[in-house]
Amino acid sequence: MSDHKTMTLTLIVWRQKGPNAPGKFETYTAKGITEHHSFLEMLDVVNEDLIKSGKEPIVFDHDCREGICGMCSQVINGVPHGGQERTTVCQLHMRKFKDGDTIYIEPWRAKAFPIHKDLVVDRSAYDTIIQAGGYTSCHTGGVPDGNAVLIPKPDADYAMDAAECIGCGACAAACPNSSAMLFTSAKVAQLAALPQGKAEAAERVKNMLETMQECGFGNCSNHYECQAACPKGVNVKFIAKLNREYLKSLAS
Amino acid sequence: MILDGKCPTGPIEKTWDKHRFDLKLVNPANKRKYTVIMVGTGLAGGAAAASLGELGYNVMAFCYQDSPRRAHSIAAQGGINAAKNYPNDGDSIYRLFYDTIKGGDFRAREADVWRLAQVSNNIIDQCVAQGVPFARDYAGYLDNRSFGGAQVSRTFYARGQTGQQLLLGAYSALSRQIKAGTVKMYNRREMLDLVVVDGVAKGITCRNLITGEIESYAADAVCLATGGYVNVFYLSTNAMGCSVTANWKAYKKGAFFANPCYTQIHPTCIPQAGDYQSKLTLMSESLRNDGRCWVPKKKEDLGKHPSEIAEEDRDYYLERKYPSFGNLAPRDIASRAAKEQCDDGRGVGPGGRGVYLDFAAAIKRVGENTIKERYGNLFEMYEKITDENAYKRPMRMYPAPHYSMGGLWVDYNLMSNIPGLFVLGEANFSVHGANRLGASALMQGLADGYFVIPYTIGGYLASIKPGTVTTANPEFKKSVEDVNGYANKLLSINGKKTVAEFMRELGGLMWENCGMARSKESLETNLKKIPALREEFWKNVKVTGTGAEFNQDLENAGRTADFLEFGELLCRDAHHREESCGGHFRVEHQYDDGEAKRDDANFCYVGAWEYKGDSKEPELHKEPLQFENVHLAVRSYK
Amino acid sequence: MQLLKSTVGRKILMAITGQLMVLFVIVHLLGNSTIFVGADWLNAYAKHLHDLGPFVWVFRLAMLTFFGVHVIFGTLLTLENSTANPQKYAVNNKLEATFSSENMIWTGLLMAAFVVYHLLHFTVRVTNPEISQGIDAVGRFNVYAMVTGSFQQGIIAFVYIGAMIALFLHLSHGVQSFFQTMGWNNACTRPVISTIGKVVAVILLVGYASIPLFIFTGILKG
Repeated sequence: MSDHKTMTLTLIVWRQKGPNAPGKFETYTAKGITEHHSFLEMLDVVNEDLIKSGKEPIVFDHDCREGICGMCSQVINGVPHGGQERTTVCQLHMRKFKDGDTIYIEPWRAKAFPIHKDLVVDRSAYDTIIQAGGYTSCHTGGVPDGNAVLIPKPDADYAMDAAECIGCGACAAACPNSSAMLFTSAKVAQLAALPQGKAEAAERVKNMLETMQECGFGNCSNHYECQAACPKGVNVKFIAKLNREYLKSLAS
Repeated sequence: MILDGKCPTGPIEKTWDKHRFDLKLVNPANKRKYTVIMVGTGLAGGAAAASLGELGYNVMAFCYQDSPRRAHSIAAQGGINAAKNYPNDGDSIYRLFYDTIKGGDFRAREADVWRLAQVSNNIIDQCVAQGVPFARDYAGYLDNRSFGGAQVSRTFYARGQTGQQLLLGAYSALSRQIKAGTVKMYNRREMLDLVVVDGVAKGITCRNLITGEIESYAADAVCLATGGYVNVFYLSTNAMGCSVTANWKAYKKGAFFANPCYTQIHPTCIPQAGDYQSKLTLMSESLRNDGRCWVPKKKEDLGKHPSEIAEEDRDYYLERKYPSFGNLAPRDIASRAAKEQCDDGRGVGPGGRGVYLDFAAAIKRVGENTIKERYGNLFEMYEKITDENAYKRPMRMYPAPHYSMGGLWVDYNLMSNIPGLFVLGEANFSVHGANRLGASALMQGLADGYFVIPYTIGGYLASIKPGTVTTANPEFKKSVEDVNGYANKLLSINGKKTVAEFMRELGGLMWENCGMARSKESLETNLKKIPALREEFWKNVKVTGTGAEFNQDLENAGRTADFLEFGELLCRDAHHREESCGGHFRVEHQYDDGEAKRDDANFCYVGAWEYKGDSKEPELHKEPLQFENVHLAVRSYK
Repeated sequence: MQLLKSTVGRKILMAITGQLMVLFVIVHLLGNSTIFVGADWLNAYAKHLHDLGPFVWVFRLAMLTFFGVHVIFGTLLTLENSTANPQKYAVNNKLEATFSSENMIWTGLLMAAFVVYHLLHFTVRVTNPEISQGIDAVGRFNVYAMVTGSFQQGIIAFVYIGAMIALFLHLSHGVQSFFQTMGWNNACTRPVISTIGKVVAVILLVGYASIPLFIFTGILKG
């Protein structure tokens, strides 16, 4: 390690036993944290202390710890993923904090994301939205050669920009209306930009929007908070694209 | 026992086509009467569940994450190989086949590898049809790049997130089938036992990770697509939840574990920064297309800023040792070379465990913008983790456990030695031999899922009657009792050490004594220390909470307990294999220049281990490997 | 009808009705500006409008419809949004949302109340009959006297200026929001449109608020 300075931090963490149990904030101290710890490694340290003292560790979702699986989901000081640009919680490092800081850690909050326990929420609503049409209905096998349909590079790049979404839920968690519009629009826009997805574009946008509403997400009112919180930098231009696709679908 | 892989015979080009024709078919109207369990929903499992659902089978799919979209396939960065030969640079199915056999150091089955190469082209078409946004050139054609260990450009990619895009493609196909009702998805379930009835796999026992409930599921066939086991090293590039548990439970129910000692250590990962570290982050191998690996020639230069070290004082060791492949040498070779430099005391960074990967020459040649376009996201990720700007200062890299070539033994139909138990993707052992080439894991996962299992499972199901076993069978009840008993045992120890402490200790032993270089002594040390550590674990581990709730501590304890058993098997396999091949390097078996020395006369076989009981040594079974098309030769990249 | 049920459909209705009202507000400001030219101009402009006869009522009905749709859906969407987001964060730290975007419902409802008052005040003329019933020298309604008489009273001037601040807040989010909702937006145009929206809102604020302000401060004499 390049230096041996350590930090002591005060954590105020949401603890909740189960979906229907009342939750409350608990205060913990994180000691011996270096600037090279990732945020989740800092929580690991706190949890090991809790386990050793016979207390239940803080439950939080995490898996790949390299910013791509979309599992980690914590609101840190009021901002999903902590507010570092294009960064998930697992990639947030403690050098962004200083000794003595107080950090609030809360779960995603939205009616459509009920809490399982502590910081873990149920995000199956996002799967439900994709199941409503976030695919092309191609069969396994029996598809044309990959180069049979040319896709202009700008279209491929545009689709890729939208496809960066990791489905973490930060957009809905950040939205003052708990709307899942950025998530929904990213998939709609990706597939609408590609020739393979055009055939079903009208049905897709209608069904996915309807499902988003049924899941209990709110309506988009263009706060753009989603884009600011998105760890993959998914742009709200895709929401504009979704709106265009919706208007087109009315005509079809 | 001599194992039979049941590979089709005859000219290699015809093997898969002939075999597909020979396989029995299930009548379309009967397919819905068969239920298939799919454990794991990454590239292999997701693709397979979607394809089987579409064919009309009843599929139950399970994953431990909260959504199938999060499987660790998502983290693959570089790309996926296919023998399309779009760039007209001499590629062919035969060449991909040849490269994979050679890359695997002649420890894979020819027929399996041929099939993989043959269906590789279908995968690209399939993914394009799904809307996977592969990179395109300005004319709108699919773009290719070259990737570690290959001399043709056959790698298709989607920025630095190819795995993510392919997985989301499979996930979308799976979502379509879930909507259609052919696949029932069970999220946040961990498989904790395989249920075998009269010698045939008929179901699984799972823990519902939210409620803690132990659940039984019965089916006509069980597929494991549960990924790899390199978290046995504790620090690896795998996700935190990746474990050997599902495979290990199957092993303990009689499935053979093949070649566990074949583990891949990826050469370009961000070095460890401290003891608290929970995982290592991989930087795509594609970086070696433009980055040059070096260490200082002189130890006294180690403390200096890299820019202060003169060109002539730098040792570009890969270019020196492997002039024809240079920085693009295959993974096992590049990793070992990095370790050699560090062992020689010339490693850079904390603890001397690192080598430089320098982009200065490439930036000078093509400009910073081009480099940014190619690797921008990787440079960004590097900076987030290390706080260093790689445009200005070379990256520091060190090898890290990354992929397991070994896995459950399967025959050509991907069926294990337990009838009805199929194993797909990284979880099986079949195509990568002793070393996997870059961009081949995604290819294998999707090949197995989309284009192999939908055929081969039909051949099995056509031979059995559907729905003969339900969860009412006493084997299911017994399995639930066993799983509950196991969890209660873990919870009742109430010792002093945390699960993570044991896992770190095990990882340390594995990395130190069974990592990039292994010796008879080091392995024997582990064969003594691991059982002792395991014994201590069962006396002194502390697991909090109860079994009837969301309990991550209990989840980790179970996985660690399995790793503590599996680690020993891995060392045992490494100990028995008295040769060096691919990712398995025994220091006793090397040429004078330090290259791996295979022993084809004695070890040209698949080593598959059979569980004989907790207190008994496992039994080794051998499947001899025949090379009729690619002739056994020293694997040289000079 | 799908448009009324769909989340985006209703947003589009909100956007279109809102934008039509913005157009009205712009034209209304242009008409009102005649007050700076002189009493004769303003009174003539008012008489001209009244002389349109049935068109006035068609126009009023249309405006009432836009207004109604905008208020009803605005309220409905807000209620749905707060149902979707029942528990707020303990720490509230917004990166992109603004006071104006987060308070559309309140600035909107304030303006709705203001519109009612404004109609009672200047159109129905019941709130201050003593200054709103005058006739000018050529026999027209003396709108000029009514306006100046009203805004010389501090409380009325204050209410109008307050309402115009609400309008400013509402439109500084609302105008650019229209383009986004209609899909006429991308990453390059968004900052430009956002600026244009704010400029329009400022112009309307300055234009409208200057009338009560000038009259109250005596710069514009009665």
